[in-house]
Amino acid sequence: MSILVSVRNLTRVFDVSKPWLNRLIERLPKALLTAVSDVSFDIPEQQVYALVGESGSGKSTIGKMVVGLLNPSDGLVEVEGIDLSRETDIDKVEAVRSDIQMIFQDPFASLNPRWKVRDIIAEPVAAKGGDTDGLAERLLEQVGLSALDAGKFPHEFSGGQRQRICIARALASEPKLIVCDEPTSALDVSVQAQVLNLMSDLKDEFGLTYLFISHDLTVVQHMADKIGVLYLGRLVEEADPDTLFTRPAHPYSQMLLAAAPKMDGFGREVPPPQGEIPDPINPPAGCAFNPRCPLAIDICRKERPELQQIEGARVACHRIEEALAAHRAVEPA
Amino acid sequence: MSDPVLSVRDLVVEIPTRNAVLRPVDHVSYDIEPGEILGVVGESGAGKSMTGNAVIGLLDRPAAIAGGEIRLKGQRIDNLPYEDMRRLRGKEIGMVFQDPLTSLNPLLQIGDQLTETMLAHLEITETEARTRAIAALDEVGIPAAASRIDSYPHEFSGGMRQRVVIALALCAEPSLIIADEPTTALDVSVQAQIIALLKRLCRERRTAVMLVTHDMGVIAEAADRVAVMYAGRLAELGPVRDVVQSPRHPYTEGLMGSTPLASRGQHRLRQIPGSMPRLGSLPDGCAFHPRCPKAQDRCRANPTPSLDADQGRAACWFPVEQLEDAQ
Ligand SMILES: Nc1ncnc2c1ncn2[C@@H]1O[C@H](COP(=O)(O)OP(=O)(O)OP(=O)(O)O)[C@@H](O)[C@H]1O
Ligand SMILES: Nc1ncnc2c1ncn2[C@@H]1O[C@H](COP(=O)(O)OP(=O)(O)OP(=O)(O)O)[C@@H](O)[C@H]1O
Ligand SMILES: [Mg+2]
Ligand SMILES: [Mg+2]
Repeated sequence: MSILVSVRNLTRVFDVSKPWLNRLIERLPKALLTAVSDVSFDIPEQQVYALVGESGSGKSTIGKMVVGLLNPSDGLVEVEGIDLSRETDIDKVEAVRSDIQMIFQDPFASLNPRWKVRDIIAEPVAAKGGDTDGLAERLLEQVGLSALDAGKFPHEFSGGQRQRICIARALASEPKLIVCDEPTSALDVSVQAQVLNLMSDLKDEFGLTYLFISHDLTVVQHMADKIGVLYLGRLVEEADPDTLFTRPAHPYSQMLLAAAPKMDGFGREVPPPQGEIPDPINPPAGCAFNPRCPLAIDICRKERPELQQIEGARVACHRIEEALAAHRAVEPA
Repeated sequence: MSDPVLSVRDLVVEIPTRNAVLRPVDHVSYDIEPGEILGVVGESGAGKSMTGNAVIGLLDRPAAIAGGEIRLKGQRIDNLPYEDMRRLRGKEIGMVFQDPLTSLNPLLQIGDQLTETMLAHLEITETEARTRAIAALDEVGIPAAASRIDSYPHEFSGGMRQRVVIALALCAEPSLIIADEPTTALDVSVQAQIIALLKRLCRERRTAVMLVTHDMGVIAEAADRVAVMYAGRLAELGPVRDVVQSPRHPYTEGLMGSTPLASRGQHRLRQIPGSMPRLGSLPDGCAFHPRCPKAQDRCRANPTPSLDADQGRAACWFPVEQLEDAQ
């Protein structure tokens, strides 16, 4: 399997300082927020790589850097071997750009209400002067809508149908990679099932590769070939779904999985996770999870753990052995 | 059995429009007992929020109650004058909505919001109210409550704000809480904290809770009974384990089946074909029949009778069990 997307030491820092005059008057230092910090992973062709993590963990920021909507502060993203933020050959950049599309969370906000569905779907192709004859109609049928819908406006569709229109638009330029940022979070379960099935079918049919961003672990477990768990902008664990869900290694992954509600968890009473996600502007030293981690010791508060390979997974934790033992104690295999 | 805290009978909510009168809530009946959590599920637009808003007398015009009865601890509340209802809302009914920011006054310190609510509804002194406010924040798990009581809402994280809203909903010690998607915008770790809190309060204070959510996992873990809504009507009502594990209404069956957990290990998820009809264009007969794999002539011609609050689990001519019995 060849690698389609390669993310290396990706870092993004936002300047969230107050305007300089306020800073001068109030004697405030510059405030920098590290949204993504030293993240590396690969996505092989025709695979689904999922990023999970709680709000603010940097999922969308990584997604935007992968499609080239945002430049990295450090590190790089290569798609088909091309680094979009540094490549100078315009033709190469254009070629790779058209191989990448993005689908967003909110199917209501991401469609222009004044355009007909036909024009919305064909826009990425029309913008490049391509042939759009019958294109929208064909794509609409491919995503399970009717060719007749091409003449309608977005407000005439339900949430799930609008997300199908977004998917049709993403498919128009025949991309290889689709970055999906919470594609079903705004939909309820029955509609979500339709959209996820459609995405799986299209992947098989067109050989698509997905970077799939979600905070819903059940969705990710269903869709992903590989899952990256983010905490405060850092990749803390990477594993395939079976491994992650049967043997989460990082204490944060373990906490997430234990806290997620289970459909067979009738009357389940587990002590809920303690603590809050720390302030990303002043993250804790060492391992960012240490203030909430039941296993943290001195080294966790001082040294940032590197990702290391263990049994088919990559885990960044100083206390892997203890964490694995702790998990075996709660859930014997 | 003790008397229910909330008792809703044949509730109808109507919205007059130019072409027709829409019925977002159509003959809905249910009870909630003391200490019970009733989960309400169903897809977007099914009428979950409208049902909750009708109970607390906060329907947005032009929607209005057009029939039925709502009783709180035996007293009718659907026909109360506005002022009486407003007082009742603070005292007897607490509310928690999806967005904690809309329920908190951004300009008022958190402690003041709590004490004001208590002073308005309870016979206590100001110092007592402040002590109770700290206890309330402590109870919902705000660390160092005594020192954070003078913070403003924006100084708290989303999860902490939602816990303050719950503290606010609880501080006048209501007998009923209406929680409409209280954890939808929150992370799983915070969601788990909020749900654990609601459950504990139910148990310890015998508060009755109506919990509206999209999340079947939350329902399974938190609810005692579940009401499933479809196109404004109750499709199914029953104990949580029965409704989740052996649903009788084909819609419930489809809904539970379409969660990723239910199709674990399968390449495709089970899905219900089509989408819920709009209120203006409901089909004849059972509203679910065009999407129902088991629909027969009777379903196409005759609407199903509405569910009683105390008997009958599924509003369906051919509930799942019956079909299996016949085979
Ligand atoms: N343009 C920006 N300027 C300043 N800070 C930003 C900007 N974009 C993102 N951030 C910050 O970067 C961090 C990561 O944000 P990001 O949107 O990537 O998180 P996420 O994992 O997608 O969260 P969510 O689940 O809420 O969508 C957050 O702390 C956020 O506040
Ligand atoms: N002013 C209005 N005019 C016409 N229809 C309306 C109006 N307000 C609400 N509705 C309809 O009433 C129905 C019930 O809405 P309600 O908000 O109760 O749904 P819900 O089950 O809470 O959905 P969600 O899960 O999206 O919150 C919906 O079909 C909605 O479109
Ligand atoms: Mg995001
Ligand atoms: Mg609602």
